[in-house]
Amino acid sequence: MAQTSVETGHEVVIEIGGIPIALHTSDPEFVDILSARFSDYFKAGMTPEFTFDVDLVPPGMFDVDADAEVWLEDGQWRMERGDFRATWDPATRRGLIRQSPNPYSIDSVLRICHTLVLAHSGGFLLHASSGVRNGKAYLFSGLSEAGKTTMARLAPPDVELLTDEASYVRKIGSQYLAYGTPFAGEFGAPGKNISAPIAAVYLLAKGPENRITPVEPAEAIRRLMRNILFFAHDAELVRLVFDACCAFVATVPVYQLTFFPDQRVWERIG
Amino acid sequence: MPFADKYVAKATTIASRLLGEETIIMSTLDSTLFSLNPTGSVIWENADGQTLLSRIVDEKVCTEFDITPEQARADAEEFVGQLAEHGILVVSDQPILQ
Repeated sequence: MAQTSVETGHEVVIEIGGIPIALHTSDPEFVDILSARFSDYFKAGMTPEFTFDVDLVPPGMFDVDADAEVWLEDGQWRMERGDFRATWDPATRRGLIRQSPNPYSIDSVLRICHTLVLAHSGGFLLHASSGVRNGKAYLFSGLSEAGKTTMARLAPPDVELLTDEASYVRKIGSQYLAYGTPFAGEFGAPGKNISAPIAAVYLLAKGPENRITPVEPAEAIRRLMRNILFFAHDAELVRLVFDACCAFVATVPVYQLTFFPDQRVWERIG
Repeated sequence: MPFADKYVAKATTIASRLLGEETIIMSTLDSTLFSLNPTGSVIWENADGQTLLSRIVDEKVCTEFDITPEQARADAEEFVGQLAEHGILVVSDQPILQ
């Protein structure tokens, strides 16, 4: 639920991965857009860790064909794509987003922002669907067409889906947790806003039968690095993500899951 | 001057991790990943900028692997050349301070 802010009109706090980010907007219709996409992740009354002012501009104001670019300049992160411009100052914990009133741009800015935050705490966003079964989280990773959404669609009723697109991995103490995210893929629905310790990561490949085989650490790192969402051109951040991936593989077992796409594959999980 | 008579050091624009006997290296410039086999990993681990490649080969590679000095030196020359080409290993006539 949106809260009224004296300064800018409306404040919405969206908590993903246990990290609350406040968005300030003067447009109540944009609050409705945010609510339609992120309502399960709204946290009223929570003190945000970061705050963005959202400056709404007419559609098509920027170079609409431009790919996402993220870089550090004068201590500020700059994020640009064809449909938005954003800056974020980690020191002041404040930022500005300029975009048209649509849910996709803010979704992307939030993804980028979370990757930057996670990199400094040993976590990352992974191209993976994920679900919780019997209190443990299972991640199914792969690039497009690997079967992430298929695994989500095939999940039995006792599985609580965290996402079909981008799994949120945080290191808390000595263990890794997966959190639900509103970052949806083809499934089109946000994940459940819960978290659980990660029991395993499965690297997906479709095949004639279901088979699970362990993946050696070096190979796991190579393949996971290809699937970690990473936008910034910044050497220090690349090093942090690489280190996070290595530490993750040292803790969480990684398997190759070759699967035939029907419900029986879930008999092997959990 | 052949690479064997040069000093070698890891570039500062990389991140690396030794996993068992294999090394994974990532360029922080373009996120390219490299894998080194056990022999390459030994050279990599000893590329401190202060030790000649020939000494690394003689004292580390030849003592740990069943390989002739001639073959080890030839392999090391090729290996160092490839890594230097990708900018993840620095080669110099002089000791390298980092």
